[in-house]
Amino acid sequence: MMAVILSRVNTGKAALTLLILLLASGLTGCGINNIPTYDETVKANWSQVLNQYQRRSDLVPNLVNTVKGFAAQEREVLTAVVEARSRVAQTTLPKDILTNKEAFQQFQQNQEALSSALSRLLVVVERYPDLKSNQNFLTLQSQLEGTENRIAVARRDYITAVQQYNTELKTFPGRIWRFILYSDYEVVENFTVSEAAKEVPKVQFD
Amino acid sequence: MRHRCLAILLCFCAAGWSTLPQAAPAFPDLSGRVVDGADLLPASTESQLIQKLADHERATTNQVVVVTVDSLQSYTIEEYGYQLGRHWGIGQEKRNNGVLLIVAPVERKVRIEVGYGLEGTLTDALSHDIIQTKILPQFRKNDYEAGIVQGVSAILEVLEGTYEPAKEKGTLSLPDSFNQMIVIFIFGLVIGEFLAMTLRRSVSATIVWAGIFLAAGFIAGAFAIGFLAGMVGFLFHLFNGASGRGGGGYGGGYYSGGDYGGRSGGDWSRGGFSGGGGSFGGGGASGSW
Repeated sequence: MMAVILSRVNTGKAALTLLILLLASGLTGCGINNIPTYDETVKANWSQVLNQYQRRSDLVPNLVNTVKGFAAQEREVLTAVVEARSRVAQTTLPKDILTNKEAFQQFQQNQEALSSALSRLLVVVERYPDLKSNQNFLTLQSQLEGTENRIAVARRDYITAVQQYNTELKTFPGRIWRFILYSDYEVVENFTVSEAAKEVPKVQFD
Repeated sequence: MRHRCLAILLCFCAAGWSTLPQAAPAFPDLSGRVVDGADLLPASTESQLIQKLADHERATTNQVVVVTVDSLQSYTIEEYGYQLGRHWGIGQEKRNNGVLLIVAPVERKVRIEVGYGLEGTLTDALSHDIIQTKILPQFRKNDYEAGIVQGVSAILEVLEGTYEPAKEKGTLSLPDSFNQMIVIFIFGLVIGEFLAMTLRRSVSATIVWAGIFLAAGFIAGAFAIGFLAGMVGFLFHLFNGASGRGGGGYGGGYYSGGDYGGRSGGDWSRGGFSGGGGSFGGGGASGSW
């Protein structure tokens, strides 16, 4: 078997390739597999982020309907939520979203718009004691809280995974592995804290 | 060029490369199923809880841990909770069936942190219900012991499928009746249409018109019947809704335990206790008092 392979080897390059293959099993400790491994972690965490955002998006229609039953006059806030939600639902994500800066930022903006519309809705709701004691609403509210928290966790996991992956691509020895073997792996986008999220919500007593 | 780089790189391969350390809160040691860092529980209650939780794990492999902390180290309880759960690895590795009841008396915060695998059973809504109806009323009376004991009982009841959430009040029965009405409407329409089709196909050209009239009759009839049935259902629900329980908003509640053969973690048989490697993703609910 070895002889057959060797007889076909006619260039130094091929021999070196063989050497790499033979050594590869012993090399896993030095990071030869890091880039693809970290890349998979990034993808898995990204799926989790999408999954949790989807979950939130699915909760919105029910929430809006319940609030409408008690506070239909809050048309403006309700419309804002419905519009932000439909923007989130209608945007199709391109396949390369993780490396496509524009699409990634668009995604982030849309989700943030929904976040702020929802938080405004929950502030408005404070004025309706009937709604606040409604069991349906309380259930939805706790689900929404839980989902927001899951989103936060998923985002943090994604940020950590991307940090690890991007660092591997840019630093030694990952940089060299990328140069030799993984030249098609690109730096991926990470979440940033938006200006809106940094603002401290105003509480008014009047 | 590439080959030379590779050769150089291979020389470095004897050494291992370390990864970057992550910033995280300083967590207490997992000393047992009840980690009473804030000293809220008398020893006798603690041992009763431990016994209860150990029995539950033996029956279902679910790991439930009670932890009270002096300080959340300026993290929110949500941030602290899931990281603590992951740090300890509560729950079996493949099932992720761990639950933490975290109490931070200084910050006046409590949280039920639910592992990935139990999110469908101990839902956010049920966790919220337990905190609001079992735990917080006791905590507000400064009776931490009763709050924790009742909270743990409720959590275990949910996991065993015997928990009854607090009586629902003010549930909307209107949408339910409307849905029923619409379903009956559509059903009636479809049947009318189907009969009309059969008629139209089988009769000759001279009675086509009769068929159409019949069809119209059927549709109108079905419509009327559907409407009547809908109204009856609607009224029934309207009067019934006041006393009975409305549509359930709670998703969980099935019994997921049973007789499992191999257990992967949780070395409780020797008296010690350790996490089985389960993970957390932020499920559960929080409250403050």
